[in-house]
Amino acid sequence: MENLKKTPLNAAHRALGGKMVDFGGWDMPVQYRAGVIAEHLATREKAGLFDVSHMGEIHVDGPDAIAFVNSITTNDVSKLVDGQAHYSALTNERGGVVDDLLVYRFGENKLFLVVNAGTTEKDWDWISSKRGDYDVDLRHASSDYCQIAIQGPKAIGILQKLTETDLSTIKYYHFTTGEVDGVPSIISRTGYTGEDGFEVYADAGKAEQLWNKMLETGESEEILPCGLAARNTLRLEAAMSLYGHELGDDISPLEANLGWICKLNKENFIGKDVLVKQKEEGLDRKLVGFEMTEPGIARDGFPIYIDDEKLGVVTSGSPAPFLKKNIGLAFVPTEFANIGQEIKIEVRGKLLSAVIVPTPFYKREK
Amino acid sequence: MSNIPENLRYSKDHEWVLVEGDVATVGITDYAQESLGDVVYIEFPKTGDSFNAHEAIGSVESVKAVSEIFTPVGGEVVEVNEGINDSAEVVNSDCYGGGWMVKIKMNNPGEADAMLSADEYEEYLSANA
Repeated sequence: MENLKKTPLNAAHRALGGKMVDFGGWDMPVQYRAGVIAEHLATREKAGLFDVSHMGEIHVDGPDAIAFVNSITTNDVSKLVDGQAHYSALTNERGGVVDDLLVYRFGENKLFLVVNAGTTEKDWDWISSKRGDYDVDLRHASSDYCQIAIQGPKAIGILQKLTETDLSTIKYYHFTTGEVDGVPSIISRTGYTGEDGFEVYADAGKAEQLWNKMLETGESEEILPCGLAARNTLRLEAAMSLYGHELGDDISPLEANLGWICKLNKENFIGKDVLVKQKEEGLDRKLVGFEMTEPGIARDGFPIYIDDEKLGVVTSGSPAPFLKKNIGLAFVPTEFANIGQEIKIEVRGKLLSAVIVPTPFYKREK
Repeated sequence: MSNIPENLRYSKDHEWVLVEGDVATVGITDYAQESLGDVVYIEFPKTGDSFNAHEAIGSVESVKAVSEIFTPVGGEVVEVNEGINDSAEVVNSDCYGGGWMVKIKMNNPGEADAMLSADEYEEYLSANA
């Protein structure tokens, strides 16, 4: 346990009664005293605060920044304007996903990549190895930053009390730099919960100040600190992919329903030829959402049967605290990937019924 | 610290039993519910099913995990607390009361006597948890 990495908020989590677990080598709170259901509902109905400082940050600076990142990711970086971000994927030569990430454009010579915690080192090695002759400086800056996500309908009101920046002018998937409680920050209208909200990046040394201030300011709105368990159930209700589950080195982003971030008409990128071919020839399997139609909970890795044949696997399965259903995501052969298709899921030796439903399971009212 | 009532017997799998005559009421301990987190569903055995001691008789599902229920005593299931699936959080809020799971008519009441006392269970927890 002593070798686990810690975010700058580790002591704060313990002080709040966080139940700490090893999450991909990080000592992180899976939940706090309120528990996963209360944390999940607070984020849907009020506000939730998440420490996501374990995520990785990489600076890409230089005249070839856009061209370089465009050559290693699926989305079209040339379409971004200053102050805009997009969701994208790093792909390998087989068309599999090295990681999913956010690409922020600060300027035509300045991009900022945010990658998953568990894959940060792998991504850094991968990205560095692909630099070639591109005129860019790469800087692994993960330990410089804390990242705090404030999510939910009350998030904007709470954060607005701490900054002069007019948050209402920041559109979804846009960002700005500004001060939060006097701390220079990147304020990004992004998140992983299916709610409106912000992700704030700042100097790691200021993490506790920002965290405590946001909790204190949000107290009247009943903000709750939220652990990884709520983060997972929230993203699952919103049917957002989690690397290592719906995405992986041998999973195509097209299979994972991420065709919308695969710009196959843009200039070449790693794995593009494979994705183009998959698109032309069709996919063997597709990611679908399902809902249990009899009591029981499908969990990650449970086998899926269609017409008595084992044909798929659950990638993420859980009770959905807001929807009050048992839901999941799964890969099934494309021919069965249709809304209304009945499937069976093997739950500890029993075959339980489920049905393929539209995703996202949850979509907030705008 | 875990709540460990004096009048119950305990297993190392974190079940408790309350013995009344030859019937044992079985549930999970405060430590178990705390480790599981928010409980959402219990998979029960059927009334009339028979089990040996230490066999899995069902499972407790929380939002993030599932844990099997091992009966500490052998015998026949005479009652299951099926109604709690409408509000399974009672397993968190009242694990020794409303959150009980099954009643078992014991084949061998000696199995309950051999379980840990409250003091022994507390000692076991501090050494192992």
